[in-house]
Amino acid sequence: MMKGLKKWRLFSLLAVLTVFLAGCGQEELSTLLPAGQVGRDQFNLLILSSVIMLVVIIVVVTIYVIALVRFRRSKLGEDFIPEQVEGSHKLELVWTVLPILLILLLAVPTVYYTYKLGDVAAMGEVDEDGNPENLIVDVTAKLYWWEFEYPDLGIVTAQELVVPMDEKVYFNLIAADVKHSFWIPAVGGKLDTNVDNVNKFYLVFDKDSNDIKNGDGVFYGKCAELCGPSHALMDFKVKTMPRPEFDQWVTSMQATGEKQIVANEQGEEVFNQSCIACHAVSAVGGSNEKQGPNLATFGDRNRVAGFMDHDKESLIDWIKDTQKHKPGNKMPSFGEQLSDQELDVLAEYLMGLSVEQ
Amino acid sequence: MSSVAQKKSFGATLWDWLTTVDHKKIGILYFLGGGFFFVIGGIEAMLIRWQLHKPDNDFVSAGLYNDLITMHGTTMIFLAAMPLLFGFMNAIVPLQIGARDVAFPFLNSLGFWMFFFGGLFLNISWFIGEVPDAGWTSYASLSLASQGHGIDFYAIGLQIAGGGTLMAGINFLVTIINMRAPGMTYMRMPLFTWTTFVASAMILFAFPPLTIGLFLLTFDRMFGGNFFNHEMGGNTIIWEHIFWIFGHPEVYILILPAFGIFSEIFSIFSRKRLFGYPSMVFATVLIGFLGFMVWAHHMFTVGLGPTANAIFAVATMAIAVPTGVKIFNWLLTIWGGSITVTTPMLYALGFIPSFVMGGVTGVMQGAAPLDYQLHDSYFIVAHFHYVIVGGVVLAILAATHLYWPKMFGTMLNEALGKVTFWFFFIGFHMTFLIQHWLGFWGMPRRVWKFMPNQGWDMANLISTIGAFFMAIGVIVLVYNVIITSIKNVKVANDPWGDGRTLEWAIESPPLYYNFAQTPLVRGLDSVWIEKMEGNASGLTPAEPVKDIHMPNGSIIPLLMSLGLFIAGFGAMFRTETEWGLGVLIFGLVFTFIAMAARSLQDDTGYYIKKEEILRDLKRKGGQN
Repeated sequence: MMKGLKKWRLFSLLAVLTVFLAGCGQEELSTLLPAGQVGRDQFNLLILSSVIMLVVIIVVVTIYVIALVRFRRSKLGEDFIPEQVEGSHKLELVWTVLPILLILLLAVPTVYYTYKLGDVAAMGEVDEDGNPENLIVDVTAKLYWWEFEYPDLGIVTAQELVVPMDEKVYFNLIAADVKHSFWIPAVGGKLDTNVDNVNKFYLVFDKDSNDIKNGDGVFYGKCAELCGPSHALMDFKVKTMPRPEFDQWVTSMQATGEKQIVANEQGEEVFNQSCIACHAVSAVGGSNEKQGPNLATFGDRNRVAGFMDHDKESLIDWIKDTQKHKPGNKMPSFGEQLSDQELDVLAEYLMGLSVEQ
Repeated sequence: MSSVAQKKSFGATLWDWLTTVDHKKIGILYFLGGGFFFVIGGIEAMLIRWQLHKPDNDFVSAGLYNDLITMHGTTMIFLAAMPLLFGFMNAIVPLQIGARDVAFPFLNSLGFWMFFFGGLFLNISWFIGEVPDAGWTSYASLSLASQGHGIDFYAIGLQIAGGGTLMAGINFLVTIINMRAPGMTYMRMPLFTWTTFVASAMILFAFPPLTIGLFLLTFDRMFGGNFFNHEMGGNTIIWEHIFWIFGHPEVYILILPAFGIFSEIFSIFSRKRLFGYPSMVFATVLIGFLGFMVWAHHMFTVGLGPTANAIFAVATMAIAVPTGVKIFNWLLTIWGGSITVTTPMLYALGFIPSFVMGGVTGVMQGAAPLDYQLHDSYFIVAHFHYVIVGGVVLAILAATHLYWPKMFGTMLNEALGKVTFWFFFIGFHMTFLIQHWLGFWGMPRRVWKFMPNQGWDMANLISTIGAFFMAIGVIVLVYNVIITSIKNVKVANDPWGDGRTLEWAIESPPLYYNFAQTPLVRGLDSVWIEKMEGNASGLTPAEPVKDIHMPNGSIIPLLMSLGLFIAGFGAMFRTETEWGLGVLIFGLVFTFIAMAARSLQDDTGYYIKKEEILRDLKRKGGQN
């Protein structure tokens, strides 16, 4: 009975392991579950190249195994001297030409997709009324957070990118300090944010981030280029929504310029004394106006500092000792300056900053 | 200068090793130096894996983690893999071409000491507590922003070590062109010699860009230059180009000698001539050539534009063709042979599937749009460990077993060798196979820690367990080396029984002048041909026994390198201390004096008398 149970356990463990190994990862950040046309093109290329490469592996392994089984000295005898074959032009021609053909098979779609995904010609286009045809987002990567400006809409946000679904969204990418790299694995490949120049590309989002199974309503974005101690924690999140909802979001963002109802007035006071030099709570404006991330949507966000749980305790923890949580980041730790009571009201105030209600 | 072993004092032995210009001893020095740094790099790897064995781990700090990954990469490439390969090149290539030494024995010694002091310089950063932390690639914006002296250690340490590598490369080029025995035409050279030749040519063209890049970085950091400072008109992307124009050929510099080692092994342990020798040579040269044409595939996501990306994508895929030719030639070498699975052969057999796996993932990443997803994810970490560990490290371990008797005169234990192989091989696949999926699942590389609930926990744990298997394999190897050295059972010329090339026809280890008479080479696999025709010695002399000219040992190479080492500290601390400038000048003057001493002193070497060689021959029963 016990033995059977143990075997059963082992079996189920193996089964889980197999499923796991062949698994596709999690919807919010797996390249194997593409949630947009760019990611899907890249995924198709992955499947094509994997199949071609699998063919190569199978051929090699077959010859290898047969040779290993057939030509063992233990079978052939100690004194057997094999024929000293010099080579075979025919065979060598075969294994030169066949790989060339396989490579061509891969090279053609590679070149096609390289140009397709690199095409940003439509970026500046305007319609008859002079309105831009496509949404453009200016991304600025900073030690260790992300700023997203919508230049044509006059708004700016940070840490959580909000985009409409089913249309091409164009990105201008740059880094403000050291090089970073902008990557939303589930939606499409990365592009570096250089310090020297603006890089441009587009992505298409066609899955609603609220529909992610077992998810927290966002896609995950990552920094993919080593940028210092907290490179690993330079995460951002992406919210996708149908166009009407997005337009609504934009409208409420544009309204944050006016005086808002605040969740905690004492908190606002603390904010105005200690935080306002670096952080804005109005989303109206452009990049680089303040040194720190824009907080207009703070209450709507999914994480504190890009990676910590989005609750009051985590927020207080973060403000108290930012250097412990994200070593090397530019925000000082406020544990000394602010009392527990001040932190408490400040957190309440920040959590109340929202445009989505 | 007698070849008869005499009991020497410890001091005399030490002096002998510090001043040696004998390629066999320098080979052993490279092997010991490279082995030492391999262990250090391995410990760094274990710390990295331990940090990542569970989510949100705080075993090492964020800063220390970046130190570890940077030093792991830099150490393994520059201070372990390259020197270990140089060790085997030094120990074996002159023997394979029937030479008594390399073309420039003094330069050979200088190359070693520069590598050693450069490596020492880099690792002293651990004691100062300011360690390179911008990755082994040290991309300019981050390396310029890096605080402390870490990147200075990187720039100066690699400059010194890189100079040594460049010298070694030139030395091997000249040696292989000029020092071949009569009859050893290019198309009769063993494959290891051929791959050494091509790798050396690549060093000649690849290392100068590194030298330039490091100088520019040094000037930016230490002397207020602005080559890479974009705010002052510099450009960081130029560093990336310069680095990869060096860096991509560098990986071929590592893998080609590995290919050579495996070519020897397949041939020896299948008792069969290498299949398609001319196409193997051609493929080697072609890989060496194409290796310079593909550097920008490391930069697909930099934003070079679709045309550049498309060209470099296709060029990258093209490399698969000559590499494929090699794989099939090896398969056809063992096909129809008489295979015996010794430890070196076991490594060679393990190499084929491992390297094919690394090769195909390389082609996948060559597809630029797909690389936008795979670049800088754990997939690339898996890929380059499959080619570097599955190719280069397996070759180094194979060569360690294969050439141990030739280098030290005794055999490593075969059973323990196989234990090492299985631990290392299983551990290797366990560590790195799963990392392909981690990349697919969106895990970026070079991350200090990862948060839970991203689906990465189990895979990282498996990877860490695999790393421990590899460590066990290496520990068994070290144990094997120790007990083998203690037992020290002497072996004959050709302990594997099927040696085909010249090194197997002389003593293990060879006498310090290698060949009593320079051999005559009548074809590929010279010794095999001689033996098949009934010449049991495997050698036909091309000259009568006569006096042999040999170079004198010298301490000057060590002193020259020491001067550069001292100057490095001066350059680094120049601005913040009073003694910095003085030390910089002192170190450089020290080196120049050593150089002048070398130039002014007329060292013409010495002759080994014919009588001594005849006495050695008689002792060995008339054989070489």
